[in-house]
Amino acid sequence: MQEMKKSWGKFIIEVLVLTGLFMLVQYAVSNELLNSYYQINLSSLCINIMLAVSLNLINGFTGQLSLGHAGFMAVGAYASVVMTNMMGQPFIVGIIAACLAAALAGFIIGVPTLRLKGDYLAIATLGFGEIIRVVLQNIDYVGGPAGIVGITQLTTWPWLFGATVLTVLVIVNLINSSYGRAIISVREDEIASELMGINITRYKVLAFVIGAMFAGLAGAMYAHYFYIIKPGTFNFMKSFDILVIVVLGGLGSTTGAIIAAALITVLTAALQKWAAIRMILYSLALILIMIYRPLGLMGNKELTTKMFGKIWGEKK
Amino acid sequence: MLEFLQQIVNGLSLGAIYALLALGYTMVYGIIMLINFAHGDIMMVGAYVGFFSVTMFGTNVLVALLVAMFACALLGVLIEKVAYKPLRHSSRIAALITAIGVSLFLEYIMIYIFTPNQRVFPAETFPLYNYHLAGLVISNKDLFVFGSAIILMIILQYIIKMTKTGKAMRAVSIDQEAAVLMGISVDRTISITFAIGSALAAAAGVLIGIYYNTINPLMGIIPGIKAFVAAVLGGIGIIPGAMVGGFLLGMLETLVSGYGSSLYRDAVAYGVLILILLIKPSGLFGKNTGDKV
Repeated sequence: MQEMKKSWGKFIIEVLVLTGLFMLVQYAVSNELLNSYYQINLSSLCINIMLAVSLNLINGFTGQLSLGHAGFMAVGAYASVVMTNMMGQPFIVGIIAACLAAALAGFIIGVPTLRLKGDYLAIATLGFGEIIRVVLQNIDYVGGPAGIVGITQLTTWPWLFGATVLTVLVIVNLINSSYGRAIISVREDEIASELMGINITRYKVLAFVIGAMFAGLAGAMYAHYFYIIKPGTFNFMKSFDILVIVVLGGLGSTTGAIIAAALITVLTAALQKWAAIRMILYSLALILIMIYRPLGLMGNKELTTKMFGKIWGEKK
Repeated sequence: MLEFLQQIVNGLSLGAIYALLALGYTMVYGIIMLINFAHGDIMMVGAYVGFFSVTMFGTNVLVALLVAMFACALLGVLIEKVAYKPLRHSSRIAALITAIGVSLFLEYIMIYIFTPNQRVFPAETFPLYNYHLAGLVISNKDLFVFGSAIILMIILQYIIKMTKTGKAMRAVSIDQEAAVLMGISVDRTISITFAIGSALAAAAGVLIGIYYNTINPLMGIIPGIKAFVAAVLGGIGIIPGAMVGGFLLGMLETLVSGYGSSLYRDAVAYGVLILILLIKPSGLFGKNTGDKV
């Protein structure tokens, strides 16, 4: 019962913090306190959070190593742009189309590949991600290798914020539900969970489809913020970038994924000044972090308000 | 028919290059279960060493090949000691991310030092002759690439099957703990595996330089992934599988770009990958091993 009371209090605090955050940035954006440089980085941050949290559902919580996340992002980006730019539909239709298309792609790819394990699954998803890219390259309707230029910028702060919060909330609630417990049990031991009556294929595909869907949502946000999409953007290096964020944050830690997304976005922006050695420093940081913190920043723990209390307590 | 044979001939040299690269992937995977994403970039470094050996020191191509192989063998051992060894007992995904980090590091340090521009292998280092044989055109380039690859593969087979080092490598890849108990130095064996794999990659790099004439710091990415597909096709961890997979993939790609669209060339490699994974994930040469409960 105490838990219930606490969770209500927590809920109210969460709503207040989120509303506060939203209003603060909204105020800054509408009064032009944030220049375009900060706005671009803010959008990258939100998109990175969506991508990382959704990939974390597949890689971290379900334990299925997927290297094709950029492919789903591409499906979402293209589906939404076809809806808005080419068919003249409103943004919300584009977003729904993006989610549905990416979820469908996730289903089509997930059903056959999720029978595979470990490295084989990783390679198969990498292959599928690349196939999506090559296929997009060969469709003239969406501009072939040159992609689509001149997309109307529809992604505004409320959309971005809403999409990011939706992604995080859905995935956190999923993980805390009975579905989530089944998903985590599949990660911990497939054979044991099967013996407990869990249909492991069903839960793997479920997680995969939901992860793909939110990658598609992130793709729609991306496409309508940066004016231009082309297949080359969504190659396997992009998938690696997302994977790096997830592993850096700690597999199976949503707060870890968010922190790592923020860290990587800030790091990328800060290194922009030294463009020539940016990638060298980035790769060195990656190697060093993995050597000294192979479980990522958070491991599989979550950052909670309780932990803050502890840290402050210790400092006293 | 003649055109088909010509495509096969063209495919053989590309296949030989893929096979050399695939060998390195498969050896490293066989011994430490790591997909070494930096392998393609080691190949790129090899191509650069070969290039500078030819252009700055005026050596002939054969010497350049050996110099590149030696340099990359050292580089491979260094990478293993610095980046992979500390992670040998942590999760495989951490090692995978480190491999991606090493790959990016090699690419961008080379871009920083040598600029991202393409460099052209000077034509006089390898004057081109065409031999005509029963209507087929075979260039001396093709012969050189194919011949060197085959010789290297024979040497590799000899090392693995006939020498004590090779025996140690096979033992460690089958059971690391048992190998330690038999008095095999696992560290040393892993280092040797990296040295041999990287030397083969360097050879592939120089051969690609000769084959395509140009090199650049990002040249390793696509052949790296393709060679990896070849290794999976043959059965990852299995050495003859990597050779067969490399040749098969090379020929398949040349056939597709010869008869169909070259834009779909890349998709073919991945399509093959998916098919083999769905039908026989352990690869053409792999044995099915069930899960133990």
